[in-house]
Amino acid sequence: MTLDVFAPWEDPTEKPLIQFKGVTKRYGSFTAIDNLTQDIYAREFFALLGPSGCGKTTMMRMLAGFETPTEGQILIAGQDMAAVPPNERAVNMMFQSYALFPHLSIWDNIAFGLRRMKMPKAQIEERVEDMLRLTRMTQFSRRKPHQVSGGQRQRVALARSLARAPKLLLLDEPLGALDKKLREETQFELMDIQEKTGTTFVIVTHDQEEAMTVASRVAVMDHGKIIQVSTPPKIYEEPNSVYVADFIGDVNIIEGAAHKTSDDGYDIKWAEGQEPIHAKTTAVLNEGQKAFVALRPEKISIAEEKPEGAVNAVKGKIIDIGYLGNISTYHVELPGGVMVKAQATNTRRLSRRNFSWEDEVWLSWTLTAASVLER
Amino acid sequence: MKRFTWFNATSLTLGFAFLYLPMIILVIYSFNASKLVTVWAGFSTKWYGELMRNDQMLDAAWVTIKVAVASSTLATILGTMAAYVMVRGGRFMGRTLFSGMIFAPLVMPEVITGLSLFLLFKPIFTQMGAHTIILAHATFAMCYVSVVVSSRLVSFDKSLEEAALDLGCTPFESFRLVTLPIIAPAVISGWLLAFTLSLDDLVIANFTTGPDATTLPMKIWSAVRLGVNPQINALSTLMIGVVTIGVIIASISTKRAALRQKADEQAAAG
Ligand SMILES: Nc1ncnc2c1ncn2[C@@H]1O[C@H](COP(=O)(O)OP(=O)(O)O)[C@@H](O)[C@H]1O
Ligand SMILES: [Mg+2]
Repeated sequence: MTLDVFAPWEDPTEKPLIQFKGVTKRYGSFTAIDNLTQDIYAREFFALLGPSGCGKTTMMRMLAGFETPTEGQILIAGQDMAAVPPNERAVNMMFQSYALFPHLSIWDNIAFGLRRMKMPKAQIEERVEDMLRLTRMTQFSRRKPHQVSGGQRQRVALARSLARAPKLLLLDEPLGALDKKLREETQFELMDIQEKTGTTFVIVTHDQEEAMTVASRVAVMDHGKIIQVSTPPKIYEEPNSVYVADFIGDVNIIEGAAHKTSDDGYDIKWAEGQEPIHAKTTAVLNEGQKAFVALRPEKISIAEEKPEGAVNAVKGKIIDIGYLGNISTYHVELPGGVMVKAQATNTRRLSRRNFSWEDEVWLSWTLTAASVLER
Repeated sequence: MKRFTWFNATSLTLGFAFLYLPMIILVIYSFNASKLVTVWAGFSTKWYGELMRNDQMLDAAWVTIKVAVASSTLATILGTMAAYVMVRGGRFMGRTLFSGMIFAPLVMPEVITGLSLFLLFKPIFTQMGAHTIILAHATFAMCYVSVVVSSRLVSFDKSLEEAALDLGCTPFESFRLVTLPIIAPAVISGWLLAFTLSLDDLVIANFTTGPDATTLPMKIWSAVRLGVNPQINALSTLMIGVVTIGVIIASISTKRAALRQKADEQAAAG
C-alpha cells in the first residue's frame, strides 16, 4: 500500500507558494533577518519556531507587507511582492494581540474585510455566518470584542482573518494568551480549519510542542537565520545541530572525540577510562574530530544489572527523580560528573518502584538511539 | 478615607469662592430689576428680554457663533492631522523641531500671536473681518486640539491600523474606518475646547477683525467702557451657560473615552 503523504517540498516539479530569496532585514545596524532563503508550499502548515527576538515576527510582517526587506526578494505565487502594499496582498494575518476593532461588533469585525472587497451584501452575510459557525461564535455575533472572553476573541480574530479566504494566512503566536487545555483544543481546531479550507498557514510560536502538533514542517530559527527545516518527527529524531536538538524537546548532549569504526558508525570517546559511545550516523567526521552525542531521555533504558549484549551501557548513580505521573525522569550522574536524564514509564504504582535516590544503576541504549552532531 | 477637617473645609470654600464668587455675583445681578448695577431691586428677567431685542448684540452673537463653529472645525481638522503625523509619522527630518513648533503657541502671549497674525493678514486680505478672525482662531486653537488628540493617539494600538490595511483598507480608509471612530471622543473634546477658546477670545479677535465684524467679547468690552449695564450681565450669564455646557460635555466624553479605553485594555490583557 502506498500512502499519499503530503510532502510537496520533496517534489521537484512542485512550485512553491512563498519564496524567500536571500532576504535580509536590518533595523539600523541591527540585522533581524540574515540572508534567508526558504520555500513554503501551498497547503502547508509551516511553523516558525525560535526564541524571542530571533526574527519570527519580522518574517511575518514582511510577508504581510508591513516591512520591506532591506535586501533580497520575497515572491508569493511567483510574483515579487516588493511593490505590493498590504491591502493588495492575498495574505491575511492574525495578530498576536488579535487587533480586533473595539468599536465594531463581532459580526462587523468579521465582515470588515469582506466589505472592502466590494462583495454583494447577501454574499457577505452568508460568508460571515459561515465564519461564525466555523469558529462557533454565532451566538455572540452582536457583542463587542470586550464583551467576550479571551479564547472567544482569539476565535473572532481567526474568523476575521479567514473570512477573505486568503491564499496565505499568517498566525503570530495565535494561542499565546490561552491556558493549556484551551490551547490544545484550539490547535486541533486550527488543523481542522486548515484542512477544510485548504489555506496555507504560516504560524509563529515559541512553544515547541505547539509547533510539533500542528505543523507539516517546522523551521527552527536563531538570530535571523533558519537553522533547520524539517517535518516534526525528523526534526526531533534527526536534529542537525546541538541548538536544534536542545530547542526541540529534552536532550542529553555528551561531548567527545569521534573515531571511525568498521561498521560505518563512530566511537565517541567521552571520558577517560570509559567505554566509548557507539553510534551510527550519516555524518562524515574526521578522525578525532570534536563531536556531540545527542540522546533523548526516553531512548535510555534504566536497569539494576548491566544488560546483556547492550551496545552502550554505562553505570551511574541516581541523583534526583522527577515524578510526572505517567513518567519519571531520573537524573543520573555518570563517572566524571556528566549528568544524564533518563525517562521511564511508570507502569507500576509508586510504592512498588525499584529505583531510589543514591541507587547505582545501568543506563543503556541502542546503536541508532543517539544522533552524532558536529556542532 | 481622609477625614473632612475644618481646615480642608475652609480651603475648599475659600478656593471655590475665589474662583466663582465674581461669576455668581454677575449671574445674580443679571436678574436685578434695577438699572443700577450695584443696587438690588428685586428679581426680574427683563434684561434678558431687552437683550433679545438688541440687534447689535444679536449681530455680535451671530458673528461669534459663526466664527467659533468655523474656526473650531478648521482647528480640529488641522490639529488632528498634525497630531496624527506627529505620533504616527515615524522619524523624519526635523520631527522634534516640528512638534516643538506645534506646541509653542500654547505658551505664546496672545498679544504677540494677535499682532503677528495682524501683520500677516494685512497685506494678504484687502479687508479684514469674520474670515480673518476664523483663520486666526483656527491657528491658535489648532495646537490645543493637537495636544488633546495626540495624547489619545499615543495610547492607540497601532496594530489596529495594520489589521485594517491587512483586511484591504487603503491608508486613508484605515484612518476613516478605524482610527477616527476610536479617537472620536478626543477629537470632539478638542473641538469643544477650540469652540470655547474662540468664544471668549478678545485679544486676537481685536487684532484681526475688520470694520464690520464684532464678536461678543469685543462688544462687551466696548460696552463696559461706557459703564456696566445689566444687559451685559445677562449676556455674560448666557455665555457662562454655553461655556459650562461645553466643558461638561467635553469632560463627560473624555471620561467615557477613558473608561472605554480601560475596558479595551482589560480586554486586550484578558
Ligand atoms: N521596528 C523595529 N525597529 C528596531 N528593531 C526591531 C524592530 N522590529 C523588530 N526589531 C528587532 O528585531 C529582532 C527580531 O524581532 P521579532 O521579529 O519581533 O522577534 P520574534 O522572533 O520575537 O518575533 C528583535 O531583536 C527586535 O528587537
Ligand atoms: Mg514576535
